[in-house]
Parts: sequence; C-alpha cells; structure tokens
Amino acid sequence: MNNRFKENIKKKSSSDSIIDKIMINAIRLFSFIVIIIFILILGKIFYEGIGVINWNFLTGIPKSDISKGGIGPAIFGTMAVSLIMLILAVPVGIFSAIYINEFAKDTFWLRLIRASVNSLAGVPSIVIGLFGFGFFVLFVGKSIDSILQTGMFFGQPAIIWASATLAVLVLPTIIVTTTEALNSIPLTFRQASLGLGASKWQTIRYVILPQARPGILTGVILALSRSIGETAPIMFLGSAFFLPNLPLAYLDLSFIQIPIINPADQFMHLAYHIFILSTQSSNPTLTEPFQYGTTLVLVVITLLLNLTAIIFRFRFRKINEVVKRNQ
Amino acid sequence: MKEVKIKIKNLSVYFNYIQALNDVSLEIFENKVTCLIGPSGCGKTSLLRSLNRMNDMIYGFRMNGEILIDDIDIYNKEIDVVNLRRLVGMVFQQSNLFPKSIYDNLIFAPKILGIKDKNELEEITERVCMQTSIWNEVKDRLNESALNLSAGQQQRLCIARALTVNPDILLMDEPSSSLDPVSTSKIEELLFDLKRNYTILIVTHNMQQAARISDYTAYLYLGQLVEYDKTTKIFTNPANKQTEDFLTGRFG
Repeated sequence: MNNRFKENIKKKSSSDSIIDKIMINAIRLFSFIVIIIFILILGKIFYEGIGVINWNFLTGIPKSDISKGGIGPAIFGTMAVSLIMLILAVPVGIFSAIYINEFAKDTFWLRLIRASVNSLAGVPSIVIGLFGFGFFVLFVGKSIDSILQTGMFFGQPAIIWASATLAVLVLPTIIVTTTEALNSIPLTFRQASLGLGASKWQTIRYVILPQARPGILTGVILALSRSIGETAPIMFLGSAFFLPNLPLAYLDLSFIQIPIINPADQFMHLAYHIFILSTQSSNPTLTEPFQYGTTLVLVVITLLLNLTAIIFRFRFRKINEVVKRNQ
Repeated sequence: MKEVKIKIKNLSVYFNYIQALNDVSLEIFENKVTCLIGPSGCGKTSLLRSLNRMNDMIYGFRMNGEILIDDIDIYNKEIDVVNLRRLVGMVFQQSNLFPKSIYDNLIFAPKILGIKDKNELEEITERVCMQTSIWNEVKDRLNESALNLSAGQQQRLCIARALTVNPDILLMDEPSSSLDPVSTSKIEELLFDLKRNYTILIVTHNMQQAARISDYTAYLYLGQLVEYDKTTKIFTNPANKQTEDFLTGRFG
C-alpha cells in the first residue's frame, strides 16, 4: 500500500493554517470597516439632524434667525439646477456615446475622444467651477449680452451657467455608462434589425436604445446624484447666501400665469447652504443642528437617487440574463 | 423554364488584406434552393452576406466584380442598401429575436416600413406564421416573450420575421446548425414550401441536409468556386476530384 495519500491528506501544518485564519479575518475586518464608516457617517447625520426636520424647515424660507427659517428655496434651487443640468447634459452625453459606440471607427479621432472623456472625468471640480465662470459667464454670457444689447443680463452668475458647469462635470459619467450600456447589446440584434431592412438610425432608435435604456438611466441617475453634492463648481456661479424668493419667472398667458424656472436668476443650493452655515455663520454652535438637518436632507435625496439607480441596474441585469440564456 | 435570379460575376471579396473570395462567378436560379457548401473559412458566409450587403458594415471590406439581381447591379451607387435588404431577407445561424413579444418581433419590420394599420399588421403576422407553419404553436401566445419559445420555434420565428417584409430572396446562414433533428426537419420541410415563392440560398455544414433540400449546390474551397451544378449531379457524379473528396469525407 502506498502511504502517499495517508501522509498528505491531513491538515496543513499549524503555522500555515494560522496565517490562513489571520488573513481571512483581516479581509473580513477591512471590508467591515467600510460598512462601519458608512453607518457612522449616516448615523451621526441622522442623529444630529433629525431634530430640526419638520414641515416648516423643509418648506419654509430662510430667516435671519436661522432657528425660525427653513431650507425650502435651497431644496427648490437644487432641484432646479439639477433639472436644467440634466436637460443640457443628457442629450449631449447620449449622442456622444452613440457616436463613440455606433459610428466612430477605431481611428486616431476615436482614441482622442475617449482620452478626452477620461481626462475630463479626472478634472477637480473646483477647476471645472472656475472654467464655468470664465467660459460660460464671462465669455458666453457676456458675448450674448453684447450681441443682444441686453446689458448685464446673461453675463452674470445664474442658474443656467451653474447647470451648464455641472453638466460639464457629469458628462464623462453619462458618456461612459451609456457607451457601456450600448456596447453590451449583442451584435446579433444589430444584424437582425439591419437584415430586416431597418436603417442605421432605426436600428439605434428601435432596437438598441430601448434595450440600453435601463443602463443609460442608471448612468444618468448616478450623474445626478454626484452633481447634487457638488459645492465647488457652483460657488462662483450664482448660488446665493440668502435668497428668500424662489428663482421663478411667470409666463403670462393673460388668463393664467404659469410659473417657470428663471434660468437667469440666482438660486440657493443645499450643498452651498451647508457650506455657508458651517463657515460663514456668526454663531456656529447655534446653527449646528441646522447644518446637520440640511445635510440629512441632501443625503436622503442622494440615497433615494442611488436606490433608484440600483433598481434600474437590477432590472437591466435581469433582461441581459434572459438574453444570454437564449444564446 | 428556370430563370436566373442572381448573377455573380468575377466576385472577389477582401477584408483588409485577407482575401475571402477569389473570382467567383455563378448564377442562382429563381424559386430554387441553392446550397453553399465547403469547409469552414472557405468564403460561404462572405458570399452569402455579399448578396444583401451585410459585409458593408464590416471594417476593411472591399470587393471587386459584380452582383446582379434581376439584372440590377446591387453595388451600384444608386442602390439603397436599406431597400436591398428588404428584398433580400436573411436568417442567421443563431436565432436573433428581439427580447420582445412574438407579435412585436413580427411587426418590427412592417412598422419600420410605415405600416400602422392594426388589421394589416395582424394579417401579416398570420400570413408569415402560416407560411412557416408555426401559427398553431404561437397563435395563443403572441403577446408572450419570443425568448420563451424553444430554440427550434425561435429559429422558425426568425424565418417568419424575415418574410414579413416579403422579400424576393431568402439568405440562410446555417439556419439549423444549433437545432435538434426534429426542429431541423421542420425547417427543411419549410424550405420546400417556401421555394415556390422565394429564391433561397442556404449555407450548411450538413452534407445530408444539402443533398435533401437543395436543387443546386456550390462547393467552395479557399475562396474559390470549385464546382457548381445540380445537387443530384454533384452528389452522385461530381466533375471535380476535390468535390468528391469533400463530400465523401476524405477531405484534408
């Protein structure tokens, strides 16, 4: 009988198994650290901030006495800026991604575009903010003013320029996620559609985009949730310290007045409001609960957006699995 | 009286610097099934895909020679590729139904053609399902996902979908290579019915299948047409030694 089996089948030497145990537990510990940090941050914000949350705080206008005012205009301003940001960024992002994935051949230009997108993703947000001020406000805005003879109307910080700057910031996110979503659609579907006599655009419109939609939406929501928390890019671009009136204009249809967001107005913004409360207040101890309250609102909005993204991604994965199983 | 549907004259196809087809000339007859056979990489699929210009989308594609369908040069500048593909339908090796309902798959192409009338769309659906004898299997589940069908049903639905735009010619690239024998024989039966209305070109790796279903057979090797004749002639008395070797499995 051969003893080889008998000699080797027993547990490894004790030093080996100790190292094994240490490493596995270390890995476990480190992964828990991430969760703990996340819970600590959330818990702290929630614990400190929940006390000031009430209807008046969420909808009221800010007062000079912070304990009596609310953050309604800041929530509204955040949503207004984000909405216009999406209107600007989503078409550009999706069309760029369609070009990169569906039309561009693998040439010097495609590589240049990809490199630009990746570099853009790495630019610090404060730099994007300064660029936004220099380019959109001082160049684009002032040029429009001088062409249209509107005086100082477009050439000053306003919602539209803040949104445009945030759009520049999130464009790489949208382009990259959309390119990936388009790229994951199997070639066979394109062939099926083209083979049936659909044109290239019809194929994109009726076959590729519908299938990539959840993936694209995930990217858009992630971009949105990223942009909402940004303070640096909007600092120079019309986010106001204290602005009790909502940035609205009224569309006068004689029998009814429809309120619309006035893109040339200044605005309040949650992220900037937190920054102001914590740095510019004369009595930081007094404003502290309100800083936390505002932060809580911002975090909850971001979490809700991320949750939506997760649900979309889950659905997207399920569709993809069905498709893969059938191939 | 047999009529020539497709005339291929001195066709050479290149992908970048690789030559896929070398000076191929043959005539395909109307309402017949023509089989393209040959070892992998011999250019069968390239030839097939030249006929509805699906090669155009491959980077580095170039071609010399002429392809005439009903005496019209399909590589002429005035030809609209999209219209060409409506007249020359294609069925692929793997079923490529969209992840939509059976009905939505079948009305995809008609809708793109601009047909909006619901009755007309339903008529087309029924007609193509009848033509591919799949109607009884799908008529009660038209709104179910097409991907719930069996592999054989999916492939027959692909054929049905290709017929929705009423093409003249049907190109099939190994349509039954991934199917079981029962589904395969169903597709073969289908071809007998379909050739009354369509001119069919089919690529296959299955020699028995080629012998069973086709009227004409072309044997390609290394991008060249070795022999092209009536199937009965090719399979019983091939003129070329190479063809005989391939058919009897002594190839290599």
